[in-house]
Amino acid sequence: MTATAHQANDAPRQVSTRNPVTARRTSSGRRSRRGRLAVQGFLALVAVLWIFPVGYAVLASFRDYSYTAQHGYLSFGGFTLQNYKDAWAQANFSQTMVNSAIVTIPAVALTLFLSCCVAFVVARFSFKFNLALLGLFTAANLLPPQALLIPVYRMFRSIEVPFWFSESGTLLNSYWGLIAVNVAFQTGFCAFVLSNYMKALPRELYESAVVDGAGVLRQFFQLTLPLCRPALAALATLEVTWIYNEFFWATVLLQSGDKYPVTSSLNNLRGEFFTDNNLVAAGSVVIALPTLIVFFVLQKQFVAGLTLGATKG
Amino acid sequence: MAKYKGINQLSGLDRVVVGLMVVVPTLLVVWLVWAPAIGSVLLSFTNWDGVGPISDAKFIGIQNYRDVVSIYPPFWPAVQHNLIWLAVMFLVATPFGMFLAVLLDRELRGTRVYQTAIYLPVVLSLALVGFIWQLIYSRDQGLINQVTGSTIDWYGDPRYNLWAALVASSWRHVGYVMLLYLAGLKGVDPSLREAAKVDGANERTTFFKVVFPVMAPINIIVLVITVIESLRAFDLAWVINKGRNGLELLGTLVTSNVVGEASRIGFGSAIATIMLVLSSFFVALYIRYIMREQQ
Repeated sequence: MTATAHQANDAPRQVSTRNPVTARRTSSGRRSRRGRLAVQGFLALVAVLWIFPVGYAVLASFRDYSYTAQHGYLSFGGFTLQNYKDAWAQANFSQTMVNSAIVTIPAVALTLFLSCCVAFVVARFSFKFNLALLGLFTAANLLPPQALLIPVYRMFRSIEVPFWFSESGTLLNSYWGLIAVNVAFQTGFCAFVLSNYMKALPRELYESAVVDGAGVLRQFFQLTLPLCRPALAALATLEVTWIYNEFFWATVLLQSGDKYPVTSSLNNLRGEFFTDNNLVAAGSVVIALPTLIVFFVLQKQFVAGLTLGATKG
Repeated sequence: MAKYKGINQLSGLDRVVVGLMVVVPTLLVVWLVWAPAIGSVLLSFTNWDGVGPISDAKFIGIQNYRDVVSIYPPFWPAVQHNLIWLAVMFLVATPFGMFLAVLLDRELRGTRVYQTAIYLPVVLSLALVGFIWQLIYSRDQGLINQVTGSTIDWYGDPRYNLWAALVASSWRHVGYVMLLYLAGLKGVDPSLREAAKVDGANERTTFFKVVFPVMAPINIIVLVITVIESLRAFDLAWVINKGRNGLELLGTLVTSNVVGEASRIGFGSAIATIMLVLSSFFVALYIRYIMREQQ
């Protein structure tokens, strides 16, 4: 934005504040500098406040319960790794992490593939129903899931599937049911973002592809998809985070605790009558870890994915 | 750009491929989103108890709705909590996120660090946010009570728990709005601001008279996201106490009517339909807007 303009203004100002001769400009320069400092101070304060709950959780997760119970949390000491060991066992993380992967990976792959298909058709052709189709998908993404719970729940309970497909014999309490719901909900957003992205691709590409005798399938797999790689990377990052974080459908559609993905198994850390907060903290940190890795390593992708939809490519 | 004939050049096989590409995802979405949405509306007019076969269900008109509003005690509190939730997000969290975006957009030193810190909560699930704040709110071990010496159970006491949840939820929402808005601000044509500056407008005037109006697309998206997220505010209330005792929300009422011991299908569907009607207004607003953009 106006970064260059700012710099251009800053340069003489900085000189003038150092130079007592140009008194008039000094005062205005000082005022704006003070304003800048105030803004910086404010932002720094907000940033610290925003980091604090996470930082506090990390700190608490390393502390011994009996130590903090005796000395309070404002004390210093009692550091231990035991909470992580206990939390890992108690929340059954070695199982739930696998469960999360079983749900998240196919769900993200399917979401991206299906939304690429829809987006491709919408962007590549000019059918009359294109706009309505896009609306159908995008609106689906925005409906409150709880409002759809009853029919989905009853439907899943009554759909019988072979036992090799789901141990429960119905779609309820099966991973495939959960994956299907996640895909259905997320496809709208991705299709919308991808169709905008694909519309920006030059049409001449398709023309020469058609001249070369490439069918629709080849155009899709060898032309469009490779060109969409940046958008797909951004959306994949975002969708992995969202589906990993998904709580509602997993909680209501999976009913045996050993099937719960990580996010829904949080409650295992809370005892019936007593809760060890340091243990909860350690569990929370473990659960947050995959998303924090996304946050630190794939930050650019995550932000791009989020804003791609909002700013229309 | 050369006129392209599109569909006319499709071979038979291509037609099948294009058809499948549209039909498969559409069927999935219709099956798991639109059909259930219609199902919720239809069921809300029946007395199906969920035990017998669905063919036993009788059409009973708006009886369920009458019951919901008159003899179901948690309903009005839930409506009230949803409205408070929406109001706080809309009047406090969203404007604050926008304000932070405007400040961060000035690209002062350290902007990236501040930005990163503020959007950190966005990658966490709302359920996890509830747990992280428990460390601060808990009665016996929570930070607030340790520092102030009070004995308030912030998550348990119906006088406070809604507000405690709102603080936690805002913590996340502010970062989200900040991120969206910042992206929008980066897209504003710099020459607009330059022009305003030349005309002698100060920063505030420039923002409200020039930048804010051209940001209309982002403003609508932020508005819709705020409303939709407020209606979806389920996860947090559910992990705190399954949405009871001061934390009733429409979403938690539907859920407890279905997965709980008492499965009152028609009744729960009536609440679900109310949710659908409320959100469909904003969904329609959003869809109408993006459709206009697409044309």
